[in-house]
Amino acid sequence: MTTLFTILFFGVAYGMILYLISVGLSVTMGLMGFVNLAHGVFAMLGGYATVTLMNRFGIPFLLALIIGCILVAALGFVLDRTLYRHLYARSELDQVLFSFGLILVSVALVRIAWGPLAQPMQLPGYLKGQVQIFDLALPAYRLALVGFGATVIAGLWFAFDRTLFGARIRAAVDNRAMAQSIGINTNRLFAAAFGLGTGLAALGGGLGADVLAIAPAYPLQYIIYFLIVVAVGGLGNIKGPFVAALAIGMSDTACHYLLPQAGSIFIYAFVFIILIWRPNGIMERR
Amino acid sequence: MTTIPASPPVYTAAPSGMGRLLKLLPWLLVAGLPLALPGYEPLATQIFVMILFALSLDLLVGYAGIVTLGHAGLFGMGGYTAGILSVQGITDPVVTVLCAMVVAALTGLVFGVAMLRTKGLTLLMLTMASAALLYEIANKATGLTGGEDGLQGVSFSPLFGVFAFDFRGKTAFFYSLAALFLVFTFVQFLINSPFGWSLRGIRENDARMAAIGCPIMRRRVIAYVIASALAGLAGALQAQTTQFIALHSLGFELSGNILIMLILGGSGRLYGAFIGCPVFMLAQDQLSKQDPANWFLGLGVILIAFVMLAPGGILGIGQRAIDAVKMRKLN
Repeated sequence: MTTLFTILFFGVAYGMILYLISVGLSVTMGLMGFVNLAHGVFAMLGGYATVTLMNRFGIPFLLALIIGCILVAALGFVLDRTLYRHLYARSELDQVLFSFGLILVSVALVRIAWGPLAQPMQLPGYLKGQVQIFDLALPAYRLALVGFGATVIAGLWFAFDRTLFGARIRAAVDNRAMAQSIGINTNRLFAAAFGLGTGLAALGGGLGADVLAIAPAYPLQYIIYFLIVVAVGGLGNIKGPFVAALAIGMSDTACHYLLPQAGSIFIYAFVFIILIWRPNGIMERR
Repeated sequence: MTTIPASPPVYTAAPSGMGRLLKLLPWLLVAGLPLALPGYEPLATQIFVMILFALSLDLLVGYAGIVTLGHAGLFGMGGYTAGILSVQGITDPVVTVLCAMVVAALTGLVFGVAMLRTKGLTLLMLTMASAALLYEIANKATGLTGGEDGLQGVSFSPLFGVFAFDFRGKTAFFYSLAALFLVFTFVQFLINSPFGWSLRGIRENDARMAAIGCPIMRRRVIAYVIASALAGLAGALQAQTTQFIALHSLGFELSGNILIMLILGGSGRLYGAFIGCPVFMLAQDQLSKQDPANWFLGLGVILIAFVMLAPGGILGIGQRAIDAVKMRKLN
């Protein structure tokens, strides 16, 4: 029983990270129809920013996370305005190639700047060790991860469902031409959504630096997980990817614990079957 | 929907004897390469194998309009089939190649029937997941594949019982060149056949093709199976000419790289693979000697530049230059 709870808990923590990183991708893909393979780059940069700010400048963990998030969001905004926007109307193949090129450039630059090895994450004292809840000993870091993730997600859902900005995004996802014709500046909305998405990815990357190791190969190594969350969760909504991320986090963790000899085989097979069954994701409106 | 410009129709009359000889000339020149550049046979062999692999991808990306990020899965299936057969004692090169093609084609059939009903991001994801699935299986089935260390003890008996795979790579060179020639001839025939034209039609407008009675799903699956068999052939050739096969033959990086090679040359043009692969591999050979980071950086920048400024690849640039000259003459 305890093992089961531990697995579920680790799975939820992993799922939270996957969700934070991927949700921006789901929104931007749904909004702009852009196949952005390079989304993991922003998560990686968030991770590097956080680790570097902490290790080299001695900035506390939470502050480093927030600074990293803001820096990467600004970078995302700039990249959207300078490069990405020229490719919105282009074919899927062009978008795939462009974002693959961006991955290669970022892998190279990060390797030149930080070297090929993974960056060690120095956790602050209050996140080391374990917390005793009933008869479960849970690692403090993962507990904080779940708590912090849940807070951000609650804020995000509130913004998406209850604010004007969220309403505009939902309108533009549903029908861009109509949204434009009632006076929504979709270009500015795209850039804002892109910046927000990349910022969240950076947050996920920094927060999860101890789960998904920060190394130059990061965007190549984990891209399939982020894309799985988006494809299974469905484009342009923020709740589907949450379900998908938790399901994938938990089942992947369970597989690795209970059936280590099978590795990720079940995850890929599972995704394959889900996507054949529901090509537009599990939250598809019928 | 793709923006790849349709290649001009090829309704030329059957080439005369002279024309045929002229078309053979580049092949003969390449076959003479070992005389001019001795010692480069292994690199040239690798390039031939990649051109063959890229040709199989061109059938999908360039002609059928199916963008795949998992083509290495089929390449690796062919390679591992050939490698495992040789370890088990079946070492005849031709027999193992044929087996590899059959296994890759069957894999392509199973995945293709399931995947090709979807479109867009879902299809892209499925192609990626299919290759990742094969990669993970090969990674975990260590008894059969050697897992992360790669398959040890791969060796093949002499070709046709006469030409042994020598240390200098001469046999491998001519063997892979001959295979490439056969495949090129086949693909050229295929894309100029009614089947090939129906693929272009499906790429441009599948709804309209369905309306005029073309069984699009079946055509797409057939194209996928043929491309799979050819990718498996390329993988088997690689296993045979290098006497080794490892996990990266199934990996995402190879799927990405082969797509880049094709696009750099120009997809949907048949000759794109012949330009893109040598350029890519020679540059990689030179640049990654110093530092892999430089290579990634250069490749990334070039890729972004090509997508933004020169869609259609190197051949596309050439085409536009020729068009511009023609326009000037007309004026």
